[in-house]
Amino acid sequence: MSAWETVIGLEIHAQLATRSKIFSGSATAYGAPPNAQASLVDLGYPGVLPVLNAAAVRMAVKLGLAIDAQVTAHSVFARKNYFYPDLPKGYQISQYELPIVAKGAIDIVLEDGTVKRVGITRAHLEEDAGKSLHEVLPGVTGIDLNRAGTPLVEIVSEPEMRSAKEAVAYMKKVHTLVRYLGICDGNMQEGSFRCDANVSVRRSGSDKFGTRAEIKNLNSFRFVERAINYEVERQIELLESGGQVVQETRLYDPDKGETRSMRSKEEANDYRYFPDPDLLPVELDAAFIESVRATLPELPDQKAARFSREHGLSAYDAGVLTASRELADYYEAVVAAVPEEPKLAANWVMGELAAALNRDNLEVGSGKLPAARLAGLLQRIVDQTISGKIAKEVFEAMWAQGADADAIIESKGLRQITDRSAIERVIDEVMAKNPGQLAEYRAGKDKLFGFFVGQVMKATDGKANPAQLNELLKKKLGG
Amino acid sequence: MALSREQIASIASLARLELTPGEFPVYQESLSRIVDFIGALDRADTTGVAPMAHPLPGLSQRLRPDAVTESDRHEAYQQNAPQVAAGLYLVPKVIE
Amino acid sequence: MSDLHRQSVTQLAAGLRARRFSSVELVGACLARIEASQAALNAFVTVTGEPALAAAAQADRLLAAGDGGPLTGVPIAHKDLFCTQGVRTSCGSRMLDNFVSPYDATVVAKLKAAGAISLGKTNMDEFAMGSSNETSFYGPVRNPWNPALVPGGSSGGSAAAVAARLVPGATGTDTGGSIRQPAALCGITGMKATYGRVSRHGMVAFASSLDQAGALAPSAADCALLLREMAGFDERDSTSVDTPVPDYVAALEQPLAGLKIGLLREFFDKGLDPAYERCVREALKVYEGLGAKLTEVSLPSLPLSVPVYYVVAPAECSSNLARFDGVRFGHRCENPRDLNDLYRRSRGEGFGAEVKRRVMTGTYVLSAGYYDAYYLKAQRVRALINADFIRAFKEVDVLMGPTTPTPAFALGAKTADPITMYLNDIYTIGANLAGLPAASVPCGFVQDLPVGLQIVGPHFAEARVLTAAHALQRATDWHTRVPRAYA
Ligand SMILES: [Mg+2]
Ligand SMILES: [Zn+2]
Repeated sequence: MSAWETVIGLEIHAQLATRSKIFSGSATAYGAPPNAQASLVDLGYPGVLPVLNAAAVRMAVKLGLAIDAQVTAHSVFARKNYFYPDLPKGYQISQYELPIVAKGAIDIVLEDGTVKRVGITRAHLEEDAGKSLHEVLPGVTGIDLNRAGTPLVEIVSEPEMRSAKEAVAYMKKVHTLVRYLGICDGNMQEGSFRCDANVSVRRSGSDKFGTRAEIKNLNSFRFVERAINYEVERQIELLESGGQVVQETRLYDPDKGETRSMRSKEEANDYRYFPDPDLLPVELDAAFIESVRATLPELPDQKAARFSREHGLSAYDAGVLTASRELADYYEAVVAAVPEEPKLAANWVMGELAAALNRDNLEVGSGKLPAARLAGLLQRIVDQTISGKIAKEVFEAMWAQGADADAIIESKGLRQITDRSAIERVIDEVMAKNPGQLAEYRAGKDKLFGFFVGQVMKATDGKANPAQLNELLKKKLGG
Repeated sequence: MALSREQIASIASLARLELTPGEFPVYQESLSRIVDFIGALDRADTTGVAPMAHPLPGLSQRLRPDAVTESDRHEAYQQNAPQVAAGLYLVPKVIE
Repeated sequence: MSDLHRQSVTQLAAGLRARRFSSVELVGACLARIEASQAALNAFVTVTGEPALAAAAQADRLLAAGDGGPLTGVPIAHKDLFCTQGVRTSCGSRMLDNFVSPYDATVVAKLKAAGAISLGKTNMDEFAMGSSNETSFYGPVRNPWNPALVPGGSSGGSAAAVAARLVPGATGTDTGGSIRQPAALCGITGMKATYGRVSRHGMVAFASSLDQAGALAPSAADCALLLREMAGFDERDSTSVDTPVPDYVAALEQPLAGLKIGLLREFFDKGLDPAYERCVREALKVYEGLGAKLTEVSLPSLPLSVPVYYVVAPAECSSNLARFDGVRFGHRCENPRDLNDLYRRSRGEGFGAEVKRRVMTGTYVLSAGYYDAYYLKAQRVRALINADFIRAFKEVDVLMGPTTPTPAFALGAKTADPITMYLNDIYTIGANLAGLPAASVPCGFVQDLPVGLQIVGPHFAEARVLTAAHALQRATDWHTRVPRAYA
């Protein structure tokens, strides 16, 4: 047992998938020319005022309901005051004392298969800041405020994770959840889903938290894992050499694989929060909350349980297949076409398909191989048109050519030979060509059976129906 | 309550206000008087009274339909900007 | 035609419709008076003569065709914190000396839609922070009744312009008395609406939970007409209230008999100038004569309104003014060394002394360790004051008292001590804290200086306040007096 225990809490920022910004009618689409999507409200122009986007509220409520949290009937927007060039008003509109979502919980599955419940402290609505671009022009920083005012939900966990792996599992689960709910596109490269990790260590057995460092803006699962591991090592080394951890904000440098202290934003600890007088309290009645509940989809945990129940899948397989709504939908579409073989469908989706997607760096929803097409292939296995082995060859051809299984089977002549007399003819030829082996087999060398199977398969390009071949070969070799 | 020069300096720094040496004693004096003046609030018994952040209690936030109503007007908006290039607002290099 | 400037908004609108004179003629006359008065009064920051004359010509065409709105062709002026598209909007600050708004405030757009023609932007205390109009970057405004005296603030330019009859009406904003106090000191009528009644969209914010727009004009009838056009729900302001606007003009002639007037005991305190008090009590007698019933009421928490205000308003302003950072608009210092230097010097140079004082006060009361003692405490006392008003309005229909403790004072008399200056708003701040509609109407003179009677109503009872004000103006002629130099 290690002498140190790691304590991790995550603050995840998920960009809500609204059309317009949280307090203005500007578009939120990614990739517009600089400041093309920055309206007077987003620019913090004198005299303009925020008006709250209904869709952002519904999305936050949806999240709250999905994590079994308390959706608060009365929440308040507050101003977080600090100066930074990508923060146009000199304050961020956020929620402080009264967030829209209070305590909830999320279950994660650990590597050993056990389920761990991670507490959610709160989730609140806020506006995103703009972007500071340091490399575009020499000697100056350029400010693009297109992202300013984009709606975010910040999901704050309890400090209940005990390893980088747990933190990643938690973050992946939240990622799965927000995408299921359709409230966030989850695109981490574009910054739609990112997190700050609060990391501290303490002596094993201690019940007091150590001093924590906050690692800001981690936008990939890999970075989260590496940054936390690096930070844990750093803190332990520091403490073991008699030093002290200082509470600070750190930045992860993916190139160097290390965290470093951010030049501390001056007085970063005095945000002078107070209720935003330009906005009124958000009051949500039961009818509103129920109307949002009615739009909740089947959630990943519910879906996984159903897959196990209906399709006889293991908890592990069900978990993998429900990791994204697209993957689960894909699997279900395949199963619908081969209802008698849910396990076969699962193996193909998690095996060949996942490998091919991974190889080409594609998402399941990319349309490269629609579910109906994969189902068409599996049907040919089920109806014995081809063997499982040939099916892999067909799959590769389908993937490369974007064609249906039947077309590949026809054009390559891969249809299984199920004609008994045709198979018998080949067996006779093989026996005639290999009199020595035949004699040895008949003398009792049973393992030569495999040799004859191989020879027949070779002669038929692997198309002989394996079951029929077995049966006929046994009969013929026996004399 | 007298505010120290250091307190004035730290408030001015939080508020990002450059003060001239001559301004320090002026604000030290007047802010100290203001702090004394607002200290009168201490006398009020507010036990059990909820803070009132808004003059029309009972009203709640209206929600706006999620629709894009703004178009690209960055050229017009940047007419007021002290320094822009390539559509970006420029500031002295920020080191993170 | 040389007496056009003596006519009220109501009379001018009627005269234009009847084609007794043209809008071009009227606007030209006003522009000439503005120009002639500018050196003495400094009431305007920006005059938009050419576009105003063009708009007047267009108004004349509409009027000739029998078209137009309730204010078609009537000249007005806007306090320079209402954003006006294509026209500098300075807020009386060096910070915005070069700022040209790309959009119109809702108030500006609504008055334009009603046909009013803006002649320009009136001077004001910097970012509306002041009670004497001495904090403007463009220099102080002077009182038309005596140029050695202040006009009051922060809507001092609008008040002086109307008092000197440069324009028949003007817009203003009132965060702690900034319409009513200068109206009283300049001898005109000023009306602040209920919080939420007039859109704040396009009003450069000072203290968001207190700011409310209104009108300044010679008479209550004029204010009723202007306010009727300014008021109404605006989806761009979350604090705008979606209830129909009654026709304030149509309500003016309602009988007053039976009106229950509450005299605010806390307003007749030892700080009130005795001669001022006599004028106010005379006016109250007029109301009695008209059939109103006077009773004394007490609002025990009201004396704390000034300290509450000087926590809440600076707190909100310290945050509202953070956007002025020299990045997207407004003043930027020369050759900033780094980002922090850019912020500190742009703001240090762009803001004047009183703005800096309030920004620092607000920063202090919100900062770690002081928030509860000052900001939260002030908001709790604010709730007590609000409860006092609500209780009072269960017994009376309107509250009345003096608008200010004294008539206009000398330039420079109160600039040395901020507290002395702040106490000028002792009678007006309560209505802002509770978001109530309130007016100041002329009710006499003390040593040739005008005196104001303040009328405060319950939420959304603008019509009642205006009707009461109008009743006094039908019985007296104080509101028709014009300073000799501008007669
Ligand atoms: Mg955070
Ligand atoms: Zn956040």
